[in-house]
Amino acid sequence: MADDRLLRETADAVLALDEPWPALVEAGLAGVGVPEEAGGSGGDLADAAVLLRAQGYHGAAVPLAETLLAGRLLAAAALPVPPGPLTVVPGRSARRVPWARRAHRLVVLDGDRVAVVAPDDVETVPGTNVAGEPRDDVTVRGELAAVPCPVTAGDVALRGALLRSVQLTGAMRRALELTVRHAGEREQFGRPVGRFQAVRQQLAELAGEAAVADVAVRAALRTPGDVFAVAAAKLNASRAAGAVADLAHQVHGAIGVTSEHPLGALTTRLWAWRDEFGGEAHWARRLGELGRVPWEEVTRTGGPPPEGATVW
Amino acid sequence: MALPELEPAVLPPEAERLREEVRGFLAAARFEPRCDSWLTGADPAFSRELGARGWLGITLPVEYGGHGRSALERFVVIEELLAAGAPVAAHWIADRQMGPSLLAHGTPEQKRRFLPAIARGECFFAIGMSEPDAGSDLASVRTRAERTRAEPTRAEPTRAEPTPAEPTPAEPTRAERTPAEPTRAERTPAERTRAERDGGGWRLTGTKVWTSGAHLAHAIVVLARSTPSATRHDGLSQFVVELPSDGVTVRPIRGLSGEHHFNEVVFDGAPAELLGAEGAGWRQVTAELAYERSGPERFLSTFALVRLVCSVAPGAASGRLLGRLWALRQASLAVAGALAEGRAPELEAALVKDLGTRFEREVIDVARDRLGVEPDPVSPDPAARLLAQAVVQAPGFTLRGGTNEILRGIVARALEVG
Repeated sequence: MADDRLLRETADAVLALDEPWPALVEAGLAGVGVPEEAGGSGGDLADAAVLLRAQGYHGAAVPLAETLLAGRLLAAAALPVPPGPLTVVPGRSARRVPWARRAHRLVVLDGDRVAVVAPDDVETVPGTNVAGEPRDDVTVRGELAAVPCPVTAGDVALRGALLRSVQLTGAMRRALELTVRHAGEREQFGRPVGRFQAVRQQLAELAGEAAVADVAVRAALRTPGDVFAVAAAKLNASRAAGAVADLAHQVHGAIGVTSEHPLGALTTRLWAWRDEFGGEAHWARRLGELGRVPWEEVTRTGGPPPEGATVW
Repeated sequence: MALPELEPAVLPPEAERLREEVRGFLAAARFEPRCDSWLTGADPAFSRELGARGWLGITLPVEYGGHGRSALERFVVIEELLAAGAPVAAHWIADRQMGPSLLAHGTPEQKRRFLPAIARGECFFAIGMSEPDAGSDLASVRTRAERTRAEPTRAEPTRAEPTPAEPTPAEPTRAERTPAEPTRAERTPAERTRAERDGGGWRLTGTKVWTSGAHLAHAIVVLARSTPSATRHDGLSQFVVELPSDGVTVRPIRGLSGEHHFNEVVFDGAPAELLGAEGAGWRQVTAELAYERSGPERFLSTFALVRLVCSVAPGAASGRLLGRLWALRQASLAVAGALAEGRAPELEAALVKDLGTRFEREVIDVARDRLGVEPDPVSPDPAARLLAQAVVQAPGFTLRGGTNEILRGIVARALEVG
């Protein structure tokens, strides 16, 4: 993308809307991160991350990450990307597929082959995460007109974990801002609650968890195919999500636990997204397997991103 | 203020080449890896060896005996040394902050006198900050600095030097000194005469405590009140006292396991020279803190245990530690990158230290669970010894360099809460 600041400002304005999807499509933002030759808007993963951070920040209920994931997957398989919201179904039968019942097309990954199917061609059992986002069980009916695909279900799980991590950091940033503002405005005992040391310590703790997760996710975005880096990013983002949600609510008091308050749109997503594409324990096990020679693993990822290593 | 966006740093190829050199050296070096080696593992001979290899004073200019390399290259060298548990305590403070501080605030003569020796691993520094009645409340220090001559000191930091403009060669006897013998940083005879005549223009009176490595140091930098009437942050200045010195008594303060790295340092009219501008002590000290707080020593103090757990008991618990370590290192690197670009990310540095030092303690609990040994400082089992070192030093992790409560206060203030 040409201008990072312009992208950020546009993303921020559009994702603050109540119903952002039409505006995202209108602005060409729904296809950011998907190559133009495949039917996307161009731009790389870093550009897509700008959008996903803004989505998390505003707690916007749109299948942006899912459409990106499906679009890049199709582009890697040299298939055209259909318009509208998309999602990836990692297998002929898959559980908790995000946004399946709202997707215009479903991209089914069946072993080393991929196919695009219409909603009528699948059986969907609706489910919902705690943020109210569709998470549906999907079973494909009949035969698939599938073509070979270089991307595996493991690749999708890894990339999904990275994208959710980015969304989490956006939501955490806003949760911190709301909480800092609340602590400065809400008065008890004749002064803002943010003057009390106990509350200040909580705010610092919240900021610390959010900041470390944020830098970890930014670092992992440079090597999106590196399992160790992405696992560490998701582990930290998921861990921070729980801590941030707890602390934000504690500082907000009962004011934060109503559905009118903007905090809930963020914390419900933090609670949902931290478990999606693997929570802390899942990625901790992977890291434990990968890190038997720990220092070499930890320092392997500080240098410049390897060139041409990312196939999708 | 919103949370700042910290961009991860990218280590340049020359830093990665340096890493390979350091790893090669460490693989052949003979020392017992320990926990908290940067505070409790002092070995002057090892420090001189690092100096000889060009790994001290890395970022100092070549004209002052340094190596003119980047902060990120220094990061790589020190993280390798720390991860290996190498005995780096003797030179740690001199290399980490006194080099940069002298470079920023010292007179040309002070730079020539101290910096080449720091880079050779032959001049160790201690820092006199805390006092019996001034811990977290550092601005309440009572150590007094009094002028011993009437000469105006306003021009002091940039005063004309009577010495030649070229750096002076080392004293020939220097190499013959034994590591345990306290040595003075090198000076020309002319300089020595002047320093002994007027003692640098100031005298210090007061007591500093928890002064790590003062018994090994060739000099100590002291935060003292130079204007008695001024309150709090005003009227504080930094001074340098070469050790040993008339009017300075260094006494050990033994740690929990009886080990000696802390000292009480009593100044009784000790001759001292100003470092930087008079009255700028607080500003100079706080500027050092971003360096002091965000480095890899704030999350690697117990790395020897991480390594052990990962190799003998890999699983979710070791993976959790690794994931955290990876992220903390990225945050620390990002702060180093910001510092290298001339920014002073005070909030982020405080965050790194708060979370990093708590991680160092988490490691202990995982190791206790996974290694199946009890801490024992004299055990033949290295795991038991490492655990003992870590357990006993752990309280200090979250105290030294600003307690975690103070750090969180800094963060809250930076966030502009209330």
